[in-house]
Amino acid sequence: MSGGSPLNIALPKGRLGEKVYALFAQAGFECPAILENSRKLIFENEEAGVRYFWVKPSDVAIYVARGAADIGVAGKDILLEYRPDVYELMDLGIGKCSLAVAAPKGFEENPERPLRVATKFSRVARDYYGGMGRDIDIIHLNGSIEIAPILGLSDVIVDIVETGTTLKENNLEVREIIVPISARLIANKSGFKFKRDAIQRLMAGLGGNGK
Amino acid sequence: MEIRDEVLDERERIGFRLREAYHRHGFSRYRMGKFEEYDLYSRNKDFLLSDGVITFTDTNGRLMALKPDVTLSIVKNIRDRGDGLEKLYYHENVYRVSDGVDGFREETQVGIECMGRIDSRTIGEVLGMAAENLGMLSDHWVLEISHLDLLSAMVDAVALDGGMRDRMLACAGEKNLHGIAQICREAGVRPGAEQALLDLINTYGPPRQVMPAIRKIAEENGCGAWARELSETVAAFAGTDAAEKIWIDFSTTGDLRYYNGIAFKGFIEGIPDPVLSGGQYDALMRRMHRKDRAIGFAVFLNRLDRLAEKAEKAEKAEKEEGNA
Repeated sequence: MSGGSPLNIALPKGRLGEKVYALFAQAGFECPAILENSRKLIFENEEAGVRYFWVKPSDVAIYVARGAADIGVAGKDILLEYRPDVYELMDLGIGKCSLAVAAPKGFEENPERPLRVATKFSRVARDYYGGMGRDIDIIHLNGSIEIAPILGLSDVIVDIVETGTTLKENNLEVREIIVPISARLIANKSGFKFKRDAIQRLMAGLGGNGK
Repeated sequence: MEIRDEVLDERERIGFRLREAYHRHGFSRYRMGKFEEYDLYSRNKDFLLSDGVITFTDTNGRLMALKPDVTLSIVKNIRDRGDGLEKLYYHENVYRVSDGVDGFREETQVGIECMGRIDSRTIGEVLGMAAENLGMLSDHWVLEISHLDLLSAMVDAVALDGGMRDRMLACAGEKNLHGIAQICREAGVRPGAEQALLDLINTYGPPRQVMPAIRKIAEENGCGAWARELSETVAAFAGTDAAEKIWIDFSTTGDLRYYNGIAFKGFIEGIPDPVLSGGQYDALMRRMHRKDRAIGFAVFLNRLDRLAEKAEKAEKAEKEEGNA
């Protein structure tokens, strides 16, 4: 069923992407050129039948859903927020952190007015508080979420928490964990049909169920 | 008067070729207007492929919509046939918000609907036509088939509450085995039932390879009748050229408030989204107080633009090679 074209893999730029590449290379999908220090973003190893490209972590799911990549690795936070129509084939167990609600130490919620929530993850926040029937006012930000409660922009934040150091340094504390996060192997639903053998070989190499 | 092929664009050419095929199979054209009362869509919002509907107030004050869907209008306007069978095809524009696209888009789709006495022969004919359509579009295609009653029964067997059931079905649609295992852990599902569900979702491929395993899983979990129905439905493809391009795959799901029984999706190599989607929708018929059963499919012509792009590129490369 597989055509002659390589398996296109979108990797998230940064430390997580480098870890993922190491796992994929170990699974038999090596592309040594990617380790060379260059500004190139696309790397191909014809012999291994693989082509990698580095993209912004939040864009991996778009590349995969739109078929520019057959597979990719994205955080569960991105999948929950953007809900791309893709297969979520494996939990790679790396890039572990949490999506959590954090507030200034000692913050007391006033249930008589909507809670002001600053976040990059508007959909996740809306679903979470919607599930509790809590009225909220979402303030969508694209970065430096932690300063929103300090400056009075919001009551709480919904954000990624890894070690909690940034929160501590800004006098914030975790109030509730919404969901644990880790890196997931995702695949385009059409691409999976036509490159099934290669994708299953990779999954088997990663210790997953490659059938 | 004959229309010369070169005055048609690729989308029109494909649309007319598919219509010709439907006509050959004894289907009649169903024509409809561009507008419909909004109420029809507000009552069946979850049936629509997208959330948005373009509305406007008509001169008599009624709230109208530009059609986001074809099937609902046909169901509304065709009377029950009882023991008979209504076989219709359409070629229409619909207006919806596509995934990942800001704003509304006009999309063209052709397709068929059968309403009345739907038996295994009719289901087989519809699946055969879906496979034939895909074969007319490309040599590299896959028609993925599942059985929603079987999937639903297997999910019900682990006795989840409503929210968990929806999450479980969403995980099935994503081939998300770790998600299914997580929900089973949260719900305290017994390991045997969990494993059966995981095995069902993880068993996909041509019927020749996977049907024995699916029948075994289904029989062991009291769902044998559905598996036998699925097996009989796909048996017509055995030994044909299409046999290896037909896949059983339980990640093909649908909203169980509208769909039931056989569900299917068609994929073409190089096109990221399914180009064909269909199945039985008896549940929708019941919701609209209809007694007939129904099955149909749509082909999304906008998604085929990539085929034309590919053909153009190949033609250009051939010309360049000739010049060299």
